[in-house]
Amino acid sequence: MKRIITLTVQDRSGVLNRVTGLLQRRQFNISSISVGPTESEGISKMTLVVEVEDEQRLEQVTKQLNKQIDVLKVSDITDKAIVARELALIKVSSGSQLRSEINGLIDPFRAIIVDVCKESITVQVTGKPEKIDALIELLKPFGIKEIARTGLTAFLRGHQPQVNDLAAYSLTK
Amino acid sequence: MKAEAKLEFQTSTAPKTGADLLIDLLIKEGVDTLFGYPGGAVLPIYDAIYRAQKSIKHVLFRHEQGMIHAAEGYARITGKPGVVIATSGPGATNLVTGITDAMMDSLPLVIFTGQVARTVIGTDAFQEADVMAITTPITKHNYQVQSVTDLPRIVKEAFHIASTGRPGPVLVDVPKDISSEILTVIPGNAAMDLPGYQPTIKPNPLQIRKLAEALPKAKKPVILSGAGVLHAKASAELTAFAEKHKIPVVTTLLGLGTFPADSPLSLGMGGMHGTYAANMALYESDLLINFGARFDDRLTGNLKHFAPFAKVAHIDIDPAEIGKNVPTQIPIVADAKVALTQLIEEAANSPSHEDWLETLNQNKKDFPLWYQHDPNGMSPQWLIEAVHKVTNGNAIVATDVGQHQMWAAQFYNFNHPHRWITSGGLGTMGFGFPAAIGAQMAEPDSTVVAIVGDAGFQMTLQELSVIYERNLPVKIIIVNNGALGMVRQWQELQYDNRISESLLHTQPDFVKLAESYGIRGAKIDNQEDLVASLPELMAYDGPVLIDARVLQKEKVFPMVAPGKGLHEMIGVKPE
Ligand SMILES: Cc1cc2nc3c(=O)[nH]c(=O)nc-3n(C[C@H](O)[C@H](O)[C@H](O)COP(=O)(O)OP(=O)(O)OC[C@H]3O[C@@H](n4cnc5c(N)ncnc54)[C@H](O)[C@@H]3O)c2cc1C
Ligand SMILES: Cc1ncc(C[n+]2csc(CCOP(=O)(O)OP(=O)(O)O)c2C)c(N)n1
Repeated sequence: MKRIITLTVQDRSGVLNRVTGLLQRRQFNISSISVGPTESEGISKMTLVVEVEDEQRLEQVTKQLNKQIDVLKVSDITDKAIVARELALIKVSSGSQLRSEINGLIDPFRAIIVDVCKESITVQVTGKPEKIDALIELLKPFGIKEIARTGLTAFLRGHQPQVNDLAAYSLTK
Repeated sequence: MKAEAKLEFQTSTAPKTGADLLIDLLIKEGVDTLFGYPGGAVLPIYDAIYRAQKSIKHVLFRHEQGMIHAAEGYARITGKPGVVIATSGPGATNLVTGITDAMMDSLPLVIFTGQVARTVIGTDAFQEADVMAITTPITKHNYQVQSVTDLPRIVKEAFHIASTGRPGPVLVDVPKDISSEILTVIPGNAAMDLPGYQPTIKPNPLQIRKLAEALPKAKKPVILSGAGVLHAKASAELTAFAEKHKIPVVTTLLGLGTFPADSPLSLGMGGMHGTYAANMALYESDLLINFGARFDDRLTGNLKHFAPFAKVAHIDIDPAEIGKNVPTQIPIVADAKVALTQLIEEAANSPSHEDWLETLNQNKKDFPLWYQHDPNGMSPQWLIEAVHKVTNGNAIVATDVGQHQMWAAQFYNFNHPHRWITSGGLGTMGFGFPAAIGAQMAEPDSTVVAIVGDAGFQMTLQELSVIYERNLPVKIIIVNNGALGMVRQWQELQYDNRISESLLHTQPDFVKLAESYGIRGAKIDNQEDLVASLPELMAYDGPVLIDARVLQKEKVFPMVAPGKGLHEMIGVKPE
């Protein structure tokens, strides 16, 4: 199963290496990873999307991540009310005659064209990864030259519906 | 007198460097011994060591691997971090085996490696190695010092992280321009900044109560005691708890000595080469209480068959160990000593389990550890028993890895904690002899015996120089079977006796070898001579190497074959 795990980390050299190295060593597949600064200076946020077989492995990965000295907080937010977004840039081959067709196609996705040249146009789209996947599928027939995706970034919505026992990780409770 | 006064004057006015600051900080941490080896990138540090030689002792080993194992032995005995210094590049990479060993066995080390100057890091400079990347997966934490003003904080944090919570190795990489920087201002004390590091020491009282309530309901309770009990210095509490409720105790390989082997409640070691009584107790138990053991696969055997009837309680300071291998109904994240103390208070009612104790005692009687005596040669197990006798069971015993390690574990009969040093998790050949040196440095007046194999000893024997130079009276006993015995045994049993590259057809003359280092040596190949000479050799005031020739084909039994459950032991009785 795919899980979305967010990490709050101290922005120190080596912390990214520690996290990715740990996941690799413990045989967890990382589908995507994104990192960036937060509202607090010196604190970064990582969003990992990992492939895990079962609950026990999930618990193990969270605990191993938590153990890292520079990791302040680990949350599995998959089952919570979250805002999750990814950005993708998609370069599509297109002569001028196809442009309007592409325009019509990307419009429902609220994607925009950010670069145009003779042979290609670049589409920028943000949203959940599934939405991006869907758009890519639709654009494929035109000939995709290049794709760059940021990986997912996510956090909790301001309001969380009250559901019992959401805490994914706690032994001491 | 005059000259000395002048020297003092010189040191105090000499400009302070980053390295001087580092050494000052180490002294402040209470470090008395440095395990080190110099080189280009640490020359400024060695200059500072030269200036501080009155306040801190440095021991020069002959190989970085030897010195880090010595630091591990020191840490195992004292519970304090062993402090290691090595140069950049090859000095640092020579440490890798020892760092990994310490990580696996949770030993506190603080390691300082030199690094090329910051201006050339990343340019493949002379003797540059990416020590941070190399050691990230094998350290509890690591640092590269980016500014001399960070040093006080980093050193403080390094010692704190290494020695608290689940102990482990911490590495500090020190670029040469930082250690040689002339300080205009001496950075003062610094506070630690570790918001992400707060080990859980106190148990959740609800879980303690749950365990206390499970106790009187149990019909077949058993305690598993591991090295965590040593880290917590909780042997006394463990023993009190076990005795109060008459709960039998199995120890792991690394937990030997946490509970007195002579106690009627002791079942001995569990696991692959554990006793029948211990393994059957783990298998049949209905309440398994694990204090500070990480359910390693050598201990559990095939997990499918491990403790299938038991409710499992696991007390460990590292939450990640709980539930990692064995489903756990009563998880207790805590320091073992604190948990035991609360448990002793909380648990009023004992189980009534006379039948169980009876069964276990019968197992102990019917299936004791055994070996074949050979009047014409020396059996290795007999040799270990003889060493036990001569040392009254009071020696610090360090072993290497292999058959002799298992025999030492089985037959030395440890009654006291902190007397046993062995490489468990990584199983590092070459560990035993230098680890014994570190132990002897920690306890100069104790008898320290290094029980090693003829193969493993040859991996780090260069440290003979150190025991000669420092007159450290380590007693080395080479359990010499002319083979990579453990490998030979597996080839005999698992590979249809195809003995592939596991015999040592050539060996040095170990006695002459010792003598060439200035150390007394003795070769003994029969029981009679051993009985006659061992007391005197062990009492000798100085290091001794004993080349003890033992039967080559002896095997370690009993045994849980790979893939089998603990209840499927072979070799439980003589054929
Ligand atoms: C050839 C060979 C054969 C072996 N055969 C066997 C065998 O038959 N049986 C066997 O048992 N082992 C055997 N081993 C060793 C085995 O590989 C493991 O090293 C060993 O079982 C681990 O023991 P442990 O869990 O007690 O110690 P460790 O691995 O050191 O684990 C200690 C645990 O205690 C916890 N801890 C640390 N501090 C505290 C504290 N203050 N409070 C509470 N918990 C704490 C840690 O988090 C950790 O989980 C063998 C090794 C070799 C090389
Ligand atoms: C560094 C290292 N290399 C290889 C091994 C694999 N190994 C485990 S035991 C053993 C044989 C050890 O032989 P010896 O030191 O003579 O001890 P014995 O088993 O004969 O008592 C070997 C090769 C190891 N544990 N460590």
